[in-house]
Amino acid sequence: MKITLGAVSKPYTSLKMKTGDWGTHWPKVDEELCTGCGTCEMFCPDMCIEVVKVGEENGKEIKKAKVNYDYCKGCGICAEVCPTKAIKMELKDIYKVI
Amino acid sequence: MKFFFSSGHGACPGCALPIAVKNVLYALEGKCFVVNPTGCLEIISSQYDRSAWGVPYIHSVFENAAAVAAGIEAALKALGRKDEGHVVVFAGDGATADIGIGCLSGMFDRDHDVLYICLDNEAYQNTGNQQSGLTPPGSNTTTTPVGKLLPGKVGKKKDMVAFALAHGVKYVATASVAYPMDIRRKAKRAVEFEGAKYIQIHCPCVTGWGINSNETVKVAKLAVETALYPLVEYENGELVRVRKIKQRKPVEEYLKVQRRFRHLFKHPKGKEIIEMLQKIADENAKRFGLDE
Ligand SMILES: Cc1ncc(C[n+]2csc(CCOP(=O)(O)OP(=O)(O)O)c2C)c(N)n1
Ligand code: SF4
Ligand code: SF4
Ligand code: SF4
Ligand SMILES: [Mg+2]
Repeated sequence: MKITLGAVSKPYTSLKMKTGDWGTHWPKVDEELCTGCGTCEMFCPDMCIEVVKVGEENGKEIKKAKVNYDYCKGCGICAEVCPTKAIKMELKDIYKVI
Repeated sequence: MKFFFSSGHGACPGCALPIAVKNVLYALEGKCFVVNPTGCLEIISSQYDRSAWGVPYIHSVFENAAAVAAGIEAALKALGRKDEGHVVVFAGDGATADIGIGCLSGMFDRDHDVLYICLDNEAYQNTGNQQSGLTPPGSNTTTTPVGKLLPGKVGKKKDMVAFALAHGVKYVATASVAYPMDIRRKAKRAVEFEGAKYIQIHCPCVTGWGINSNETVKVAKLAVETALYPLVEYENGELVRVRKIKQRKPVEEYLKVQRRFRHLFKHPKGKEIIEMLQKIADENAKRFGLDE
């Protein structure tokens, strides 16, 4: 039996949908406070905050959380779960009333 | 793509469903075939040419996910391809406890090697918050609207853990998106058992429950800390582990932060319902030995 590709979607094609303009706020990570623990990454419902290597110190990797603003919906969960309160939710410029 | 579930899906900001799914897939290292009946998860992740999935995925219809999973498992067995991955169902509470319960009973009864995960957001959320068998008493839904007489849902939350245990399901557990490490451990533990297994994960719904998008985890945690959502784990019919509660909170703390329960604090029958919910929590704490 031949199964056609008629109703089959390729993996990760949702990446075409840039959801970064959904929210009113954006998380900003304070690198001074971020310990690279990865809690935010474990909780983010949109897979758009990730702990990445930013350098090295005495042979040990330094890791910090990095937001992918193309997809972040600004839900604020990362800021809530961060144990060191390293994330602040900031109103996007376009929503600021001058 | 270590979570095997990608950005760009259509869930409401702060939705709990992707938190549950990504941590299960992470724990199973993407080695699975996913079956997903109709519901929010399907709608947000499987639009044509907009799939968020990085594992083989099939959308069944609303009522037959357990039967489709059973078929896939039987086929993998017949083809000698069982080693390619676990068969995993992600289904809503409506799909699980109401409309798909017949197929689920059959799958449990035949003991297919399937991990069935119920994503419990406590109502039919994709169609806008209608009550299901897993909606808790007192909840305001569009089919149990609060009015002069009705104080929200009357009747209780179905005990699907008991349902699974009554079928002799070898691994049965509850979990919560407030504790992703626990979800990962339970998913890994579940697949060590050959045959049917059931995990029910508590998943707050931002719109249906009436909470802010950043409160999903906080609210899920309160459900556990009040003992309204006890986290339990059964292996071969025996209760083997529970999540202990340090200082159990009164149920009001969980109820007052959600729009679906807000009326309980002014409705004439509200007090009665709150007392009933507190009694349920107290009984959970006693029955499972939750208090530390
Ligand atoms: C047979 C059938 N009846 C009704 C529907 C409409 N419908 C689609 S999704 C849904 C709600 C699903 O609820 P649940 O299983 O709890 O999943 P949730 O969306 O809450 O995650 C309903 C009623 C349908 N698709 N098929
Ligand atoms: S949770 Fe906070 S400390 Fe941990 S990685 Fe994320 S931002 Fe850094
Ligand atoms: S605000 Fe929400 S979507 Fe954005 S990075 Fe934080 S958790 Fe993810
Ligand atoms: S309606 Fe509720 S369950 Fe559905 S995507 Fe939105 S928050 Fe998630
Ligand atoms: Mg539901």
